[in-house]
Amino acid sequence: MVNKEKALIKTREIISTGNELAAIAAVDAGCHFFGGYPLTPSSEIMHTLSDLLPEVGGVAIQMEDEIASVCSVIGASMSGKRAMTATSGPGLSLKAENLGLAQMAEVPLVCIDVMRGGPSTGLPTRVAQGDVSQAQHPSHGDYKSITICAGNLAECYTQTARAFNLADRFMQPVFVLLDETLGHMHGRAVIPTEEETKSEIKLRKQFDGKPEEYFPYGVAQNEPAILNTMFKGYRFHFTGLHHDKYGFPTEDMDTCRLLIERLFNKVEAHEDELELYEAYKLEDADIMIIAYGSVSLAVKEAIRVLRKENIKVGLFRPITIWPSPAEKIKEYTDKIPKVLCVELNMGQYLNEVQRVSSRLDIDGLFKVNGRAISPYEIVEKVKEI
Amino acid sequence: MAFDYGKYLRLDKMPTLWCWGCGDGVILKAVVRAIDKMGWDQNDVCVVSGIGCSGRFSSYLDFNTVHTTHGRTVAYATGIKLANPDKHVICVAGDGDALAIGGNHTIHGCRRNIDIHMIVINNFIYGLTNSQTSPTTPKGMWTVSQKAGNIDPTFDACKLAESAGASFVARESVIDPKKLERSLVKGFSHKGFSFMEVLSNCHINLGRKNKMASAVENLDWIDSITMGKMKFDKLEEQDKTNFLPTGVLKEDKDADEYCEMYQKIKDVHQGKRAKITQDEFEKKI
Repeated sequence: MVNKEKALIKTREIISTGNELAAIAAVDAGCHFFGGYPLTPSSEIMHTLSDLLPEVGGVAIQMEDEIASVCSVIGASMSGKRAMTATSGPGLSLKAENLGLAQMAEVPLVCIDVMRGGPSTGLPTRVAQGDVSQAQHPSHGDYKSITICAGNLAECYTQTARAFNLADRFMQPVFVLLDETLGHMHGRAVIPTEEETKSEIKLRKQFDGKPEEYFPYGVAQNEPAILNTMFKGYRFHFTGLHHDKYGFPTEDMDTCRLLIERLFNKVEAHEDELELYEAYKLEDADIMIIAYGSVSLAVKEAIRVLRKENIKVGLFRPITIWPSPAEKIKEYTDKIPKVLCVELNMGQYLNEVQRVSSRLDIDGLFKVNGRAISPYEIVEKVKEI
Repeated sequence: MAFDYGKYLRLDKMPTLWCWGCGDGVILKAVVRAIDKMGWDQNDVCVVSGIGCSGRFSSYLDFNTVHTTHGRTVAYATGIKLANPDKHVICVAGDGDALAIGGNHTIHGCRRNIDIHMIVINNFIYGLTNSQTSPTTPKGMWTVSQKAGNIDPTFDACKLAESAGASFVARESVIDPKKLERSLVKGFSHKGFSFMEVLSNCHINLGRKNKMASAVENLDWIDSITMGKMKFDKLEEQDKTNFLPTGVLKEDKDADEYCEMYQKIKDVHQGKRAKITQDEFEKKI
């Protein structure tokens, strides 16, 4: 996404929660349809949108279950509207199959996952980051997921708005991970104005030639499908089956292979448009902490404490977590002797860091008791390594 | 002049993958004729299908078409309809699709009474996956998952739809395509959730092992278990158990339609009216 210089962005101050900020962002980004189901700790997103969307002519509906909620969202998006759902781990598990259809048929949507403890019902009202692996691959089959993880209140807004643009650019679901701490955190956020966000909206590409020359899936091997708005004279077919350039089911070997390869290529060829991270005090660091989401807030406080004691620590915070900023992680892990991953799971991102860095000596600080991590736990761990 | 099916069909996708003599083709033609009678613009129609033989229904029709996952047609259609209340949305599902894996969505589509036209093709079996028991397979019949004979009680799809709140419910079979067409037109004209069950033959996967291996034998059996509603209503209660009534079984033109109701919510939030209260509804609970 092309961003304006930071200083040029007109901003406003809002005192709110992460969940509400995400909901406000959706409306500002032109979301027309929300389908949801009550799921702690994400429900406030539905509550807020059930007020805000009808006000601007949109629709927010509480469906009969998690599956129906994502299906209604995919339906609305197929028809050409920007659409979103929100849930937490158990809901994401239920939505998985239909998210697979959205990957296969290349239907854009935003899925916010406010993470709580798991597996299963786990700790519904407590924090965790247990859905990081799941968001990389919620359903069966091969595709390349796009997942963003907001790290503070302002990002609950900015990253949700960005997710809508990415979904329309890459024509696939985009996951925005918040966590219970962030979703329910109440505080001050400086976010772009509504007009600013509206001016950044980039809707999905449309084909405007003759209907008989329109092939929704007949695009270059590194580009997403071009799905025209429904009811406008370009009649085509959506399916979750392997399909040809018209969108019709096929079992032709080459067509099937090329389709799946394209689902990978369309993301891999444009990873530069996706890459987003924060490098915090890494220039002189001897120790690099890798963290994302609400954990990064505790890490920053720990860094402040440690630096006072002359321990040179910095933070690498991936914002687009899938695909991971692999080159950047490699660059820093090659340079910085000690690396520590801090996560509210058993090391779901550590696996990725190990993979891209080819280093097996990376330390981990994992917390899975449903409580947020404190800066002092991090300070202690850093002093240990 | 002969009816021009070509206008509404994707002829280049033919032949269909359905078996010879399958009732799905009869329904396809009836749907096309009914839509023609409605005078709807092809661009304003969306057909949503699920998984199974009936799942392929949408791909042969030249409208905006969506082939979804197993059982979820109504949920997809709800999103499409709510986002585009002025367009016509038709769901096509099978008996397994609509009543087993997608039962919840069928119930809640009926309950909301959203203006979607749902056609449930009931062939009493999972045909595409080779003869497993479906929620409508009659007791005692052979299925590949119950070779000793089916013991599962059957579902009356229309009774379910009626009690769940669908404001239009009809049942027809492929035996009389003209009558089917007329019922479809009534359903398509209805504002609200119109639930239309169409009994169809699957002589290949239901009939083969249940002594009706040809389409005609299978249709004869359907004929033997169906009865026009007027005649059915006159039967003694104990005689009704072995028949399924056909025709329009319910038509409630006064029921609140969901998209219209949702417009009220929009109006409240846009300051055009006061909040919705219980007093506005005749039926409060």
